[in-house]
Amino acid sequence: MSIAEQDPNAAKVARETAGTDKPRRWLGKSLNRVEDPRFLRGQGRYLDDIKLPGMLHAAVVGSPHAHAKIVSIDTSKAEALPGVVRVVTGKDVAERAAPLPSFGAGPIVQDMIAIEKVRHYGETVAAVIAEDRYIAEDACELIEVVYEQLPVVLDPVAAREDGSALVHDALGTNTAYDRTFTFGEVDKAFEEADRSVTADLYWPRSTGMPMDTNGAIGDYDPGSGVVTIHANSMNFTYFLWLIAGSLKIPASKLRLVPVPAGGSFGSKFFMHKVPTFAGFLSMLVGKPVKYVEDRRTHITNNDHCGSDRRYEASLAFDDDGEFKALRISCVDDYGAYLQFGTGTHGNALSQIVGPYRIQHVEYSLAAVLTNKNQQGAYRGFGAEVSNWILERLVDMAARDLDLDRVEIRRRNLIPAGSFPYRTPTGNIYDSGNYQGVLAKVLEEVDYDFWVDYREKARAEGRHVGIGIVASQERSVFSSTEFWFWFDDPQFTPTSSPESASVRIDPTGEIIVTLHSQSMWGNSPETVVSQVVAEEFDVDPASVVVNYADSQNALPGTGPGGSRYTVMVSGAVAGASSELKDKIRRIASDKLEVAEADLEFRDGGVGVVGVPDRHLTLADIALTAYMFRLDLPPDMPSGLAAQSTYDHPLTTLPNADRSDLGIFYPFVGHAWHIAVVEVDAETGSFEFLRYAAVHDAGTIVNPRTLDGQVIGGTVQGLGTAMFEEILYDELGRVRNASFEHYHLPSSMDVPTMTVGHQETPSPYTAYGIKGAGEGGRMLTPAIMSAAIEDALSPYGVTVTSLPISAEQIVEWASAGDD
Amino acid sequence: MSDRLVVRIEVNGTPREGLVEPRRTLADFLRDDLDLTGTHVACENGFCGNCNVLVDGETVRACLMFAVQADGREVTTVEGLAEPDGTLGRLQQAFHDNHGLQCGFCTPAMLLTAHEYLEEHPDGGTDEQIRDAISGVICRCTGYQHIVDSIRAAAGGGA
Repeated sequence: MSIAEQDPNAAKVARETAGTDKPRRWLGKSLNRVEDPRFLRGQGRYLDDIKLPGMLHAAVVGSPHAHAKIVSIDTSKAEALPGVVRVVTGKDVAERAAPLPSFGAGPIVQDMIAIEKVRHYGETVAAVIAEDRYIAEDACELIEVVYEQLPVVLDPVAAREDGSALVHDALGTNTAYDRTFTFGEVDKAFEEADRSVTADLYWPRSTGMPMDTNGAIGDYDPGSGVVTIHANSMNFTYFLWLIAGSLKIPASKLRLVPVPAGGSFGSKFFMHKVPTFAGFLSMLVGKPVKYVEDRRTHITNNDHCGSDRRYEASLAFDDDGEFKALRISCVDDYGAYLQFGTGTHGNALSQIVGPYRIQHVEYSLAAVLTNKNQQGAYRGFGAEVSNWILERLVDMAARDLDLDRVEIRRRNLIPAGSFPYRTPTGNIYDSGNYQGVLAKVLEEVDYDFWVDYREKARAEGRHVGIGIVASQERSVFSSTEFWFWFDDPQFTPTSSPESASVRIDPTGEIIVTLHSQSMWGNSPETVVSQVVAEEFDVDPASVVVNYADSQNALPGTGPGGSRYTVMVSGAVAGASSELKDKIRRIASDKLEVAEADLEFRDGGVGVVGVPDRHLTLADIALTAYMFRLDLPPDMPSGLAAQSTYDHPLTTLPNADRSDLGIFYPFVGHAWHIAVVEVDAETGSFEFLRYAAVHDAGTIVNPRTLDGQVIGGTVQGLGTAMFEEILYDELGRVRNASFEHYHLPSSMDVPTMTVGHQETPSPYTAYGIKGAGEGGRMLTPAIMSAAIEDALSPYGVTVTSLPISAEQIVEWASAGDD
Repeated sequence: MSDRLVVRIEVNGTPREGLVEPRRTLADFLRDDLDLTGTHVACENGFCGNCNVLVDGETVRACLMFAVQADGREVTTVEGLAEPDGTLGRLQQAFHDNHGLQCGFCTPAMLLTAHEYLEEHPDGGTDEQIRDAISGVICRCTGYQHIVDSIRAAAGGGA
């Protein structure tokens, strides 16, 4: 594949920003984040910090049942409470609103308040709008709902059988999607291979669980008819028109104002319920209404739980350890709605073979509806699950062959000279040097030392285990992954752009406007400042970054799928290039030198090799804005440019879906090594060593990348060892508070070393790849491997998560018998 | 509606007064009545520590204390840590220099908890002691490592 097949604009950006002989000045430096000071002073202005004049507050009543008909709702006592402005039920929604947007197929209708029946515990059945939140919650207690309970559907396997109760009667089944994809000659490869391993594996439902829950303020202006919604959600320019549809207003009458989010991890990726709800409530009362989920509601009724998957998976391989084929069958418990369709499996298919030369893949998916809160996005978006499956199978194969776990992986790595590498599903890996990353992590950690240490410890009766795993980290999704599942999709979008406006004001200050709601704990402003600094050689701290509201926004898709740093860098580079052309022309006239003799340096433009012939950006900007007659005749006044940067490299799937096309091509790579010691008496564990090496292409800011790697690793540790949303036999959530849903604390986590290798992408601006999710893609696999290794005297095989302390004690005590 | 009570609290060195219901939490009083929104509420059950403030110099869950219980006491919030002109205090600067925050939501509570710790351990103590001290504040972004680095650096140790 040649770069010529790229999006032409993106190809130009890639060419202009590719590494040159000239060293980079600002990219690649661990600069302090420009976002920090306001947050350090407590001035972050999160959603719940905002007060609008006359603002009212809403609270909700969540269903106490997982599956029930709503027989009647008596709101009279609540309405009589002083301070209550309005009580809202599904009747209001039925009369005035349309269902919430959905990317799933079939008649799976979701409303912002349940209308006829509730389909999961905690689903909203009524809301109160009141003068303050205390009164609103008091009034919720006074609402009397009569339910008629229905049989509860909880087991996704049983849910598929004839005679099961139905979550959505109109669908006629609980199996929302069922299909097998075959890439290559899988049956033949399994027959011809010397060996195979097969395992049943279970990945539990957890959730991103940001500290800042989902929130929005609706602000309906009856005069203009415009509904303004302040929300800590993402993707508002990409999906905005869908929310307008739910509110039954033209998209032009909807204005979303981006507010920083105190964490998302997927949970706010197109958060559809809360902003729509706040807008709707405000339209009902004609005043601003704030709604912020409390923790209980966030756990029971958020927009995005993580994957909940049962697998049967097999890996075929030869006696020499060479992998031949992979067969994966998954039943995925999607909960009560199918908001994102099966896109999380599209993610899995982008890197299903991991970093290995596996040629034949079969992938079956049954997406099943149950009476649980819905699934959506969680850091990794499904690819973290598939990586756990693959690495589990690889460890099992190593054990089957009695081959070292590093060696079996090394023998199967895609060679460094094979890029761009086409995987069996059709997605490509753009660039890589996997052997280099492995060498680096083994340099960092003396593997042989720790093997020796483990053996000595074992002889003393201690339980020391080593885990070593690899992962791909795909970045920058194409929207084809939302629909290539279907033979005859109704809507087949191919865009996922990002935009930036770069303006130099008459005083020479650079102002960048972003067109997505992008601050959720990542570093969009720091990234943009460093890119602008690189282009103009200005102090990054001097760059002003702001965010457009949706009515002023250019096309943008927002963060998610580790796309934002890549995409916004491309957009800023494109806009900067246009501005620099204009600046060069003006400077060339003023300095009376050829444009080719000019360079951007020291906050301005100077003649190459002549230090004192230099104009500041302020000199040039003042001319551009105020001295029209000094400008070239064809040049309009001002100094501003905007750029919309499309996905650099994406292709369509083929008709029979034996080739899904290129949809997630900028692929990083990582290795982690962990050494743990397990206390078999208590089931607790501690880290003796933890090292990670990642390759995410060109690095913008090493320290913030380290932060993403460490944070993601710890989040994955939660998935591996602690976190699971527990449903009882009636479908009620048993652990809807932090008392019983354990998040990793500072005492649970390793102190780790993080190393980097940089293999630039040939297709992106500066060669950057996304890197926000990688950590979480490795920890579940590495903890499984390390705990299993530590408990190998008991013959343990880890096949389900989380690996609880109780489970460890049980394994150890069973082995003692 | 319950009868309201007068509370007088010295917040960040300034006497403040309010008329509150007995059930009003200190967190809501600070955030909604005094507009000090740097104190963040994340679980309202006392488990995550994101609402920690200092009351008479000791960390307290502001979601578990009623405003009336703080009557007559001194409260320090994150807004009291920077210099009056906005210059970051030493601990804040250390978090800035060591990437001790990502989304920033738990940061005010982390800063105040670290502040209390450093009062007792001016030399910074050990990493284990730092981790123990902040273990009651949940951060979902950082994995804590850069927070530990920040606190150690604020005590004068290497990052």
